Amino acid sequence: MNDLTPPEKRTAKDYATDQEVRWCPGCGDYAILRAVLNTLADIEADPANTVFVSGIGCAARFPYYVETYGFHTIHGRAPAFATGIKLANPELDVWVVGGDGDMLSIGGNHLMHVIRRNVDVQVLLFNNEIYGLTKGQASPTSRAGTRSPSTPLGSVDNPVSACVFVLGAGARFVARGIDSQQKDLPGILKRAHAHKGASFVEVLQNCIVYNDGVFADITEKAVAADRQVVCRHGEPLVFGKDGDKGIRLNTETLTLEAVDIGEDGPEAAGVLVHDETNRIMATMLAGMDDESLPVAVGVIYCDPGKSYGDGMAEMKAEAVKRSEGADLKSIMHAGHTWTVAD
Amino acid sequence: MTKVHQVLNAPADASSRDELESAVVRFAGDSGDGMQLTGGQFTEATALAGNDLATFPDFPAEIRAPVGTTFGVSSFQINFGARRIMTSGDDFDVLVAMNPAALKVEMPRLRKGGLVVIDTGTFNERNLAKAGYDTSPLEDGTLDPFRVISFDISGMTQEAVKEFDLSKKDALRCKNMWALGFVYWLFARPRKTTQEWLNAKFAKRPEIANANIAAMNAGHAMGETAELPAGVHGFHIAPAEIEPGLYRTVTGTEALAWGLVKGAELAALELMFASYPITPASPLLHSLAKLQHLGVTTFQAEDEIAAACAAIGASYSGAIGMTSSSGPGIALKGEAIGLALSAELPLIVVNSQRGGPSTGLPTKTEQSDLYQAVYGRNADAPLVVLSTRSASDCFEVGIEAVRLATKYMTPVMLLTDGYIANAAEPWRIPDLDSYEPFPVTFITEPEGFHPFLRDPETLARVWPKPGTPDMMHRIGGIERSYDTGHISYEADNHHKMTKVRAAKIDGIARDIPAQDVELGKTSGKLAVVGWGSTYGPINRAVDNLINRGKDVSHIHLRYIWPLPENLGELLNSYDTVLVPEMNNGQLVTLLKAEYLIDAKPLNKISGQPFKISEIEDAILDILEG
Repeated sequence: MNDLTPPEKRTAKDYATDQEVRWCPGCGDYAILRAVLNTLADIEADPANTVFVSGIGCAARFPYYVETYGFHTIHGRAPAFATGIKLANPELDVWVVGGDGDMLSIGGNHLMHVIRRNVDVQVLLFNNEIYGLTKGQASPTSRAGTRSPSTPLGSVDNPVSACVFVLGAGARFVARGIDSQQKDLPGILKRAHAHKGASFVEVLQNCIVYNDGVFADITEKAVAADRQVVCRHGEPLVFGKDGDKGIRLNTETLTLEAVDIGEDGPEAAGVLVHDETNRIMATMLAGMDDESLPVAVGVIYCDPGKSYGDGMAEMKAEAVKRSEGADLKSIMHAGHTWTVAD
Repeated sequence: MTKVHQVLNAPADASSRDELESAVVRFAGDSGDGMQLTGGQFTEATALAGNDLATFPDFPAEIRAPVGTTFGVSSFQINFGARRIMTSGDDFDVLVAMNPAALKVEMPRLRKGGLVVIDTGTFNERNLAKAGYDTSPLEDGTLDPFRVISFDISGMTQEAVKEFDLSKKDALRCKNMWALGFVYWLFARPRKTTQEWLNAKFAKRPEIANANIAAMNAGHAMGETAELPAGVHGFHIAPAEIEPGLYRTVTGTEALAWGLVKGAELAALELMFASYPITPASPLLHSLAKLQHLGVTTFQAEDEIAAACAAIGASYSGAIGMTSSSGPGIALKGEAIGLALSAELPLIVVNSQRGGPSTGLPTKTEQSDLYQAVYGRNADAPLVVLSTRSASDCFEVGIEAVRLATKYMTPVMLLTDGYIANAAEPWRIPDLDSYEPFPVTFITEPEGFHPFLRDPETLARVWPKPGTPDMMHRIGGIERSYDTGHISYEADNHHKMTKVRAAKIDGIARDIPAQDVELGKTSGKLAVVGWGSTYGPINRAVDNLINRGKDVSHIHLRYIWPLPENLGELLNSYDTVLVPEMNNGQLVTLLKAEYLIDAKPLNKISGQPFKISEIEDAILDILEG
């Protein structure tokens, strides 16, 4: 039915569905959706070849708003569905979307395994440190002491760091972005998409109803520059309004610390140069949750390895080679057979 | 101790052998004694000798239970004969007991006057104590009701393999082959297949192969030359009358794997099989993993849930997704199966049933997941439930499962059990070209498309495949509008969609064969209705009683849900319906609920298959009671 003239380059709008978006007004998810749509336009994603897979939760409504293929599955299991989708059709470009409860609590196991298998998908974890759709209970990323309907006196369990968790599971691409930082988020998503293998992106997302302002201490304009360090491969880990602070390794304690950069510049101050292929450095940066240190954002780690799909394809090719052309019939006829005559 | 006198020049020729119509042999020993391999070899040789047969491997849940204990006994039973063999047999005619524990466990089911072959080399004080014997059964009269052939098999095996310089441990590991050689002599079976098998298995360690062959030959020679207790000079069982064709032995697992592969081929779909290890279902994963060169993708998931989800993901992207487990794992998959039937995606779920609830009896057989299959999900969640009656039946049922799943866009639960999965039987290899293909058509026409458009006749929704231009859409577990496929919380729509999902599955009753009667008349005094692996004992029991002039019929269901259209009428044409099941009464309840008939249960929940006599007794109780 289509004529053969090449289509105009799609804009972000072309990747939006006609469905009414049903997140709460002011929800950080709107901003993330915008960033994703912009990214899809930027990378000229083929909508017919793109699949968004989600579990359950506010974030998991995401596929309904993207004009691609979409599968809204069950709580926590989106990475497992995505793995099956990729196994059956490795050509599809698959994005997995979920929240902190979905991916780190009920689905923590599946997140671990999609990462360690290095399935070639983009995993976007919207972390708002709370359960939204079930009305505000503490989540596995909620800070200790979080008061919620299920923890009226404050939660007593310790939070998990999403990025440190996936690095522990063997992730080969780990990034962190912030919903409101529209300048940076599409760039991170683009890098995640370009990475072959499992890419993990944690997006700090504000839940305006149940956890409003939970990231204000790092995202507010007045403090952002002092509370965030942007990781750029090959560049010193410098932060602060005037770029006057840096991250240094304390070789005595084997911990990171913030340091004032003097007039002699970052190198003289011992500021680390970000090496995104260094897993140890990435793990330390991802784990910076002390008030004395900024939060690491940007591409924290990227060190590509063989993807699960490529490994499976190699194994299948080997199986075909070893089979020497055996088909089902020859298998059924192999071994001891005997003929019963008329 | 040996009750055998060496006699020179006394070969047992066929004419001097006792003619038998059939025999049940049970090999029993310690878990490490190789009884399953021994039984498997005897099965091959017996099939090649032209007998019909059925087998029953029966082994402990522990991989290596403590040596010499009763709970470490591993057994393999085979029933073979000159007539059609329907079961693995009730009481055994020959018991091979490799240690005191095996004798202790198995003796109660050795028929009076039956033959017991004993390795006296293991009957020391320690092993007797472990088996719970205060005095030696060889000497205290315990074995008086039986004919006893006792050899120091351990000692004679070591002697036979002396020239190969094996360690004592390796030498003793050949003793199962000594016993096999003796039983080969007992039934005049050729040793050639086992010799070939040993040479292939130990191709890299020929001394081990040769030692095993020497042990087997020594056991065989003992039969040739020894004078055995009164009345024993070997048996002859004539070949059975079997439908002409090319045969092989097959286990339920093999036949099911091949049937699923064939089904996917007929549907023109890639097969993606995702599973998680669980007894007794894992062998299906192993079997399919060996077929990757046929285009099969196998995926060992991180858990049962992920296995189901990955299979559904594969179906979503246009393959036929399959998953398998046993009862506890199926329970974990429940939510995902609900998504598949709600999103109307094809999915095959194989349940190799085992004793339960909970961990239950992992290695023992049971048919107690029928409720789980038919009803075991939240909400109104109907799907197709098929069952398989025997190892060879698995091939056909595997194909049928793929046909129904893809034609109706629905999950299909395929019930098999631990017995069928492991049991072997002769199988006439089907002509693969004789099956009618049922290729899937993916919708590619964007005009008027939405993902829940339905075929007006089957009510199956269309199957759009990601990657197809201009067909982008979203589906999920939230209720969707009948008219647009978009999310809908509208009350009347949910009512309608629930009815449509049920009507789609109910309608499949028109697309499956009418229920037939296996044996006996289509009306009369008593119908014995079974499903699954009770087929053999029910069929033989009914056959025996029809031959004795009794008015009884055998009906066996493959389709558990939906039930065949004519089943209600058929069952109502009998005065009484008896439902033998290896559970506490599940199909019987289903039949009562569906047809308001006074069906009577016959339950056996011991982890062991029914004996023919148990079903005969129940039938006679009804007919004469």
